[in-house]
Amino acid sequence: MSNKLKILVPVKRVIDFAIKPRINKAGTGVDTKGVKFSMNPFCDIALEESLRLKEANKGLVEKIHAVSIGPTKAQDILRTALAKGADSTTLVDVGDEEVEPLAVAKLLQKVVEKEQSNLVILGKQAIDDDSNQTGQILAGLLNWPQATFASKVEVEGDNVKVTREVDGGSDTLSAKLPMIITTDLRLNEPRYASLPNIMKAKKKPLEKLKASDLGIELSKRLKTLKLEEPASREAGIKVDSVDELVAKLKEAKAI
Amino acid sequence: MFVPRRLVRAATLSLRRAHTSAPALNSVNAEDIAHFSKFLTPTSIISTLSPQPSPSSELAPFNNDWMNKYHGQSTTVIRPRSTQEVSEVVKRCNERGIGIVPQGGNTGLVGGGVPIKDELVLSLGNMNKVRSFDPVSGILVADAGCVLESLSEYLAPHNHIMPLDLGAKGSCQIGGNVSTNAGGLRLLRYGSLHGSVLGLEVVLPDGTVLDQLSTLRKDNTGYDLKQLFIGAEGTLGIVTGVSILTAPAPQSVNNVVLALPKFDNVLPLFTKAKRQLSEILSAFEFFDRTAYDLAVKHGQGRALNEDETEGAECFVLLETSGGNKDHDDEKLNGLLENLMESDEPLINTGVISQTPAQFSSLWAIREGITEAVSKEGKAYKYDISIPLAEFKHVVDTTREHLRSKGLMRDDAVKHVIGYGHVGDGNLHLNIVATNYTPEIEAALEPFVYELVAKYKGSVSAEHGVGVMKTHALHYSKSDTSIEWMKRIKQIFDPKGIMNPGKVLP
Ligand SMILES: Cc1cc2nc3c(=O)[nH]c(=O)nc-3n(C[C@H](O)[C@H](O)[C@H](O)COP(=O)(O)OP(=O)(O)OC[C@H]3O[C@@H](n4cnc5c(N)ncnc54)[C@H](O)[C@@H]3O)c2cc1C
Repeated sequence: MSNKLKILVPVKRVIDFAIKPRINKAGTGVDTKGVKFSMNPFCDIALEESLRLKEANKGLVEKIHAVSIGPTKAQDILRTALAKGADSTTLVDVGDEEVEPLAVAKLLQKVVEKEQSNLVILGKQAIDDDSNQTGQILAGLLNWPQATFASKVEVEGDNVKVTREVDGGSDTLSAKLPMIITTDLRLNEPRYASLPNIMKAKKKPLEKLKASDLGIELSKRLKTLKLEEPASREAGIKVDSVDELVAKLKEAKAI
Repeated sequence: MFVPRRLVRAATLSLRRAHTSAPALNSVNAEDIAHFSKFLTPTSIISTLSPQPSPSSELAPFNNDWMNKYHGQSTTVIRPRSTQEVSEVVKRCNERGIGIVPQGGNTGLVGGGVPIKDELVLSLGNMNKVRSFDPVSGILVADAGCVLESLSEYLAPHNHIMPLDLGAKGSCQIGGNVSTNAGGLRLLRYGSLHGSVLGLEVVLPDGTVLDQLSTLRKDNTGYDLKQLFIGAEGTLGIVTGVSILTAPAPQSVNNVVLALPKFDNVLPLFTKAKRQLSEILSAFEFFDRTAYDLAVKHGQGRALNEDETEGAECFVLLETSGGNKDHDDEKLNGLLENLMESDEPLINTGVISQTPAQFSSLWAIREGITEAVSKEGKAYKYDISIPLAEFKHVVDTTREHLRSKGLMRDDAVKHVIGYGHVGDGNLHLNIVATNYTPEIEAALEPFVYELVAKYKGSVSAEHGVGVMKTHALHYSKSDTSIEWMKRIKQIFDPKGIMNPGKVLP
């Protein structure tokens, strides 16, 4: 292949998936105080896939650049990305502002241009808002081919073959670089951070930008009215006989 | 497996001969069942002697141990729901001279929880309620049949954790843990059950209830009787309730797995870790390369990448837990940096978990070894305390010994592995064979025990004696100790009905 791969991996800082999120008292958002944050699992999978592409094909990947759009604390997950093997990172510090997928995609478009990336691998969705839009919008903005929900990625020369899980089987797409890939859960199992990489990470560049540095204005199109827990399930009861069961079901208009 | 049973029977016979004073025990009969039916619900009795006999398949899980190495022929399993019911059952057995095997989750590894012959199995599984919890003192009082993991789940919302944790947590019961004085993965930090158990409720062999369910941390009023039941393996009475001091849940935990080029580095690493991490070091576990490979082969946790395991002779899992993430991270990073940048590094490399899922996954490698071994073959398990410096020597010597006997081959002994709780001086020496055979057993015993005795170690660090090691007790206990243990047994259980044939030779 003429051009080596310059992979961009966007990673988002979210409440760890093992933790049950709680809605704050005011009902305006999710409680974040003292809560463990981690890299969004799908982003982790995207990073892992980039690293595997690099390791499995000597000389194919020139660089893996991780970018996060979020609060200053998102630096932690960029460090994690470096500790796993990313080469460099950019934090677009937006403070506590929630950024909608369109704005995220616009910011990413600028980073793609800046880094001259020719492959973007990103999670199919973030587990906090479950939007599942960023990859697709970014493909639209860049006018690049996209392969979403990847369960297998193979690079053959200038061509990238992506297998996706669909109902009742699998679907294989092939496209020429540059392109966008979004990752599904079964693509791979992310690695641990290794100590030598952690040491190296300390010396690697951590670029910090503001949205305005990239010439993007963060305007909101959505307004959150209220957050509510789903109604909690009522405790079940035990019945003593089939007759009673039938009577109860009728009472509940279930039969 | 007829062989161990035959050996066991031989052992029991000689025991009976030596103690002609102990009357022979009787079998459960239909009248006993009729008597039990008077005060137990039908679901509390599983018996082939009932008017509607249970199929023997229903008794099988109670008659066979976790490794499927020890097999009993009990006709009757009783599952009481209260201390009072336990007392009534024991009273009857005492009058009639029927042997009783107390059984918890049946995860014991020395055959202590299954009958030798047809003793009655008294299973605690139906006694599974938390009696009280005080979030200020952290004192938990629970029925003996509570499963360890469910107690951990109970405590989680109260920000507390059990002071012990082990691979069998999903099945083992707190009463079984107390009765085996289980050590496990948190001993380094929270100490042994002799310290954290504050009180016990025990049904004595004559049916009397000994209520020592104290919730006091300090109580110096005479002999501390509860200590006798901790680690008694059901030979002195039946534990029905436990009062235990739980620990505040750590606010920050980390774990790493370090790959070491040679075993000799484990001890200097341990020393260094203790010095640099001090109070936040909560576990220091060791496993050799073969143990790691077996765990990975049988899908326990996510493996490390190949370049990370290359050239590693053994691994160490190190855990920290503390109250402040920044403080803990700084300490741990300091240690890791120090290790990586040293001129003569003790470690090749290592990995660090980044998420709770990865934290569990690293633990799963270590905790999964027991299960991996049982999937790989039939395991002879020696759970020994020896000086740390001799861990590798003992594993290697045992392997060499088996090789010299021509037994290291695919159809005999497949692997000899070592892993365990370095922090506690406790090595698990496992010999993984294709089958249990008299030839392998003869090659291992008394060889291993003599090796342990040479280092003044213990032939059973944490699993207990059960039926597997009664004959080996003398390697770790003097004649005087054994004599006094027998006298204590005689005082509590003159008829010898409590877990007969276990612990004492
Ligand atoms: C995967 C695995 C990992 C393990 N890891 C460890 C470890 O790290 N550390 C460790 O110390 N052990 C370990 N063990 C062995 C350990 O002894 C048991 O898992 C546990 O402590 C026993 O609890 P249980 O309820 O299963 O008891 P059982 O196996 O049912 O019984 C064990 C003994 O206690 C007696 N007993 C049980 N309940 C009572 C009671 N209520 N009153 C009186 N006597 C009773 C029985 O008669 C028997 O002698 C492990 C076992 C497995 C299978």
